Amino acid sequence: MPMTMERAQVTLPSEREVKVTRSFKAPRPLVYRAYTEPTLVRRWLLGPPGWSMPVCEMDVRVGGDYRWRWRSDKDGSEFGFAGTFREITPPSRLVHTESYDPGTLGDAHPQNEAIVSVTFAEDSSITTVTTVIDFGSKEARDAAVATGMTDGMEQSYQLLDTLLSEGL
Amino acid sequence: MDTQISNRLDATFLALADPTRRAILARLSRGEASVTEIAEPFAISQPAISKHLKILERAGLITVGQDAQRRPRRLEGKPLAEANAWLERYRASWEASFERLDGVLEELQRRPSASTRARRRTRR
Repeated sequence: MPMTMERAQVTLPSEREVKVTRSFKAPRPLVYRAYTEPTLVRRWLLGPPGWSMPVCEMDVRVGGDYRWRWRSDKDGSEFGFAGTFREITPPSRLVHTESYDPGTLGDAHPQNEAIVSVTFAEDSSITTVTTVIDFGSKEARDAAVATGMTDGMEQSYQLLDTLLSEGL
Repeated sequence: MDTQISNRLDATFLALADPTRRAILARLSRGEASVTEIAEPFAISQPAISKHLKILERAGLITVGQDAQRRPRRLEGKPLAEANAWLERYRASWEASFERLDGVLEELQRRPSASTRARRRTRR
């Protein structure tokens, strides 16, 4: 049986930030490993289907750099993220910078450096990972969230479940 | 991103940023209601509720119904759906990764990887 937990939650804690929360049925040290060992990271950090991760280099120590690059199975186009680790506290917290690498896409994505804070909390063998991305400006955040957004605004009241769940 | 959509989203999220306004929307999701009916469960004055309703109205999240006497407020789905679609695509991209991570973690727990075994050996 697949060990799928409740779906990821996305909220907007401030006008510069996005918060992503998801729980996993695994002890915290294991989830931390899956976030910090490149051979494991490249197996899951792939986003929507149709992309592979040919470059996944991570020097996981304070001041160490990482480089991630994705390639489209369809047309071979590439983009990536790169940055520096600022805080390493196994198995509870990781902080790194994140700069967008337009690769072959060459699109006009905002070039600000974002700060990504990942917190791992365990309760009864369930590990909740909270990722807060501070994009540095509202414009950069909105553009990042809107990446890949097209038409097809389907009618849905799901927002009342997902977005409002924190406040109601 | 389309500026018009962007401005609309700003108004939507600003309107949603307040717990009273979210509670009002939750109330209206069960059906239209007059200002008095909306104000009932809240421990704040009707003018304060009216202020919240004005913000929701400006964001297009609610409209005022035909009845000139009751002036019922009703929920408008489109801006919520737009805001939802905006976040949903982003959320879905993360969720796709997290579902793969579920699989990776399940496998790691079933049989520790070679690297774990190697590390255990070195530690001993």
